[in-house]
Amino acid sequence: MQPLRPTRYIGKSVTRLEDRPLLTGAARFVADLDFPHQLHMRVVRSAHAHGRILGITTTEASALPGVVAVWTAADLGDLPPIPIRATAIQGLPPYRQPILARGRVRYVGEPVAVVFAESAYGAEDAADLVVADIEPLEPYLDVCRAPAEFAPGLTSEPTIIRKGYGDVDAAFQRAHAMVALDLSVGRHSAIPMETRGALARHDRARDVLELHGAAKRPHWNRDQLAEMLSMSPARIELYENHVGGGFGVRGEIYPEDVLVCVGARRLGRPVKWIEDRREHLLSANQSREQHHRIRAAVDAEGRFLAIDETLLHDQGAYVRTHGARVADMTIGLLLGPYRVPNYRAVAHYRLTNKTPAATYRAPGRFEGSFVRERLIDAIAQRLDLDPLEVRRRNLIGSAEMPYVRGLTALETEVILDSGDYAGLLEKALVWSGWQAMSRQAAARRAAGEAVGVGFGMFVEKSGLGPSEMVHLTVHADGTVEVVTGASSLGQGMETAIAQIAADTLGVDYRSIRVLHGNTNRIAFGFGAHASRVTVMTGEATRRAAEAVRAKALAFASELLQRDAAALDVVDGTVVAREGGGPSITLGQLAAQLAPASGSRGDREPGLAGTAWFHSKHMNYPYGVHMAQVAVDRETGGVKVERYCVAYDVGRAVNPAMIEGQIVGGLAQGLGGALLEEFLYSEDGQPLSVTFADYLTLTAREMPPVAVLITEDAPSPLNPLGLKGAGEGGVNAAGAAIASAIDDALQVAGLVARLPATPQYIRSRLRELEGGAA
Amino acid sequence: MKPAPFELHRPTTLGEALAILGRVCDEGGLVLAGGQSLVPMMALRVVYPPHLVDINGIEPLSRIAVEDGLLTVGATVRHAAFHRPVVDGPLGHLLAEVSRHIAHYPIRKRGTFCGSLSHADPASEWCLVAKTLGARIHLASLEGGRVLEADAFFVGAMTTAREPAEIVVEARLPVMPGAATFGFSEFNRRAGDFALGMSLVTFEIVDGVVVDPRIGIGGIEEMPRRLPRVEAMLADRRVTDTEPAALAAAACEEVDPMEDATTTADYRRHLAGVVVARAVGAAVARQARKD
Repeated sequence: MQPLRPTRYIGKSVTRLEDRPLLTGAARFVADLDFPHQLHMRVVRSAHAHGRILGITTTEASALPGVVAVWTAADLGDLPPIPIRATAIQGLPPYRQPILARGRVRYVGEPVAVVFAESAYGAEDAADLVVADIEPLEPYLDVCRAPAEFAPGLTSEPTIIRKGYGDVDAAFQRAHAMVALDLSVGRHSAIPMETRGALARHDRARDVLELHGAAKRPHWNRDQLAEMLSMSPARIELYENHVGGGFGVRGEIYPEDVLVCVGARRLGRPVKWIEDRREHLLSANQSREQHHRIRAAVDAEGRFLAIDETLLHDQGAYVRTHGARVADMTIGLLLGPYRVPNYRAVAHYRLTNKTPAATYRAPGRFEGSFVRERLIDAIAQRLDLDPLEVRRRNLIGSAEMPYVRGLTALETEVILDSGDYAGLLEKALVWSGWQAMSRQAAARRAAGEAVGVGFGMFVEKSGLGPSEMVHLTVHADGTVEVVTGASSLGQGMETAIAQIAADTLGVDYRSIRVLHGNTNRIAFGFGAHASRVTVMTGEATRRAAEAVRAKALAFASELLQRDAAALDVVDGTVVAREGGGPSITLGQLAAQLAPASGSRGDREPGLAGTAWFHSKHMNYPYGVHMAQVAVDRETGGVKVERYCVAYDVGRAVNPAMIEGQIVGGLAQGLGGALLEEFLYSEDGQPLSVTFADYLTLTAREMPPVAVLITEDAPSPLNPLGLKGAGEGGVNAAGAAIASAIDDALQVAGLVARLPATPQYIRSRLRELEGGAA
Repeated sequence: MKPAPFELHRPTTLGEALAILGRVCDEGGLVLAGGQSLVPMMALRVVYPPHLVDINGIEPLSRIAVEDGLLTVGATVRHAAFHRPVVDGPLGHLLAEVSRHIAHYPIRKRGTFCGSLSHADPASEWCLVAKTLGARIHLASLEGGRVLEADAFFVGAMTTAREPAEIVVEARLPVMPGAATFGFSEFNRRAGDFALGMSLVTFEIVDGVVVDPRIGIGGIEEMPRRLPRVEAMLADRRVTDTEPAALAAAACEEVDPMEDATTTADYRRHLAGVVVARAVGAAVARQARKD
């Protein structure tokens, strides 16, 4: 008899376990949930960017039939403000956002009152009748200006973050050349198809507060809500439903999440809030708005001697859950794949009268890669060198790994764990046909078109710790249940985790059920963000599966009278490695390990195991973006004709899902590079509050994309070599597009700001060509 | 994004609709045709009509017909009705080409030609067509009816001469001569977005020279309009005698562009020249294909 061999799932593009409900309409998003007797909540928002609250009149709204309550800050008592996830950066707490505005309003869209009513329509009717009497104050909108006053005695610059090493001034003194750029990125953010939502109910039978619609960080949010509401975390349960996109903005604690909880407890009825699109564009975390003044000192060959960077970061009106992480991480990860002997960075973290800001997919790196790669292009231009050659000369070599940066990001020391940057660059050039692309672009330019190619290299970060725990249980029917405290934002984590568990255990990945995001199933969890789930939950799953497999083999070895080393698990059945002989399924073993089973003996009941994975360091995937664009000189319009992304992920668990992550991320990156921007008027009125004004990329603007996934540099920080794939598609899109536009128009440094809108490109052409264009 | 309470009226005859509108228009009652602008504005609570008079059930208003050299477009004829030529000759092709630039497919299946005219968005393609080709807009009210030339109908951005108690029942467009040519050029940030600038050009070549040139621009000023000075540069000359760059320059000079947060007046002025030159180029190319 032929020996059976286990099926391997890691590395295969198996179909996603989570797709059936999504594709058949059975998925359940928070808006799909209703509880009997629920109330609908509507938030009344400030119409002023900055002002003093003289009074809020709610009498007319309260009198409307069907209205149960209308509250202002005065009704909330001493409810604490939105919490901050602690970092080493001090001084932020006074700038936290109150749940409802107190004394002042600081951005258009800030919650000033809240209505609870029998219907969503009625709640909105009542919200219309709440009158906030606000004395306008001068708004502070431009972080390039000196900070203003946040409140008496508090400036609008809560902190200045400094990072660096070496002697930057000395390096500049002996430099062959110096290049200085002034660059900026416009404010944009995630536009998930599903807007935010929250449904809270106080289950009096169990004395538990349930919050449905959780995402991203359910456990941290539970603990913070418990503290804010003076409850035990044991009395709060967060439930994750299907999630229609997160990208950083969903799943943070916002005023609305707190308000539904307070409402449900005080009013004794479930409270539902579903964000509408205009609210999303006004009140969900925005991101990316930064100004960079950067200088590089280089030698005659274009090698970096030093970088001196000043970041002006626009945080919007308040410090929210992320604190100053985005500014911190921007300068901590700015250097990408390059060797920079001396570095000095100063980040001015400034509050403005705009919607508060936080993370959006590849936070700080979309911006940083744009700035760094613009700088390299400028150096090449200045020294008349090939931009690719300048990159090659500055890349950190694979022999230098692990490479200690001497910087921190996300409270971890930046140590580039593994990478062959030059190797991927050469692979990518050949694979994409870069030389032919460049030649064809040049030929079309010679024929009068404005076509160009552009390039961006980047280092991502992934696998953020500190910890993740997994419970893995085999049921008597052979189903394997994996419970994790991580969560799903639709990225396919259930499938990836199932593939890892299946390979380790020796079962079909379809027999695995991954449960996540529910705080009542697992005591600890660190959620889904920072491209961490496949790494952290993946490795914890592998460890739990190892333990369960060992237990199964030990027990089977007794039952089958074979040495455990001679046994294997194949498709859920313990068999002899050489084939033939008796076998037993994992389900049968689980049944015999049931607490009341006579054959269990002294063994711990259950075919189950729990494992932790702890990691103090992030790991660092990396990649290359390459773009080909055609610019309409007359209108300034840009068409992206072709795009290639090469990405080293260490170990590709499911290549198709990684490709999906990259292409999806790229759509957002191209949006940020060309289309998307939250604009504000001079008096702080947001101008991009509908989809007619906030332009996301659509299928029509999306170019054909080729993705090359490599596994040349597995992470040494976990046995499978896993790195994350969530953000590589966004990262260098701005960098590559800017470079391609420059090339198309044959004007070096033309793009100094994103998004590169037609209007911007035209104005730059006029500016640089002296009005001739 | 829930509209404020309103009462929906669904008359089945024009007389009934006019009677209801007459009753409710003073308190802000509005006519509902395709609703592709009105309904989102209600959901955003930008407008609060307490009554809507839905004219979609009035069968005769869906009429589209050619009579006496005029194309009649009823009040409930959808944008998508023009995807294929509705009339022989250049006009049918012109309307088909322009219709593809209006928003997105689902919107085109519901939104109406006459609704666009009534809404009078500065960047509306149909308003540009109406002004360039000289549409006549037929209005009905309890007092009777009146007919306005497009020039008199459009008053400003989002503003027309329609009285609150009136319903636009149809628009009539002159059928273009078979020998006429046209060109259309629109620039926007994404497919389906409102035009940042567009131009519609029509003319005939008679005995080798340009006759009856019409050069319209939209999205540039508060209302679409023709550019008589640019038209004069083309009229009665060989089409090759006028440099596209000269037309573009003249268009830039002739317009008085709008400005907003994303788009400066300078950009729009420049764009006016670009789209006019491109539309003329397209018309010439079309003529060449026919010849």
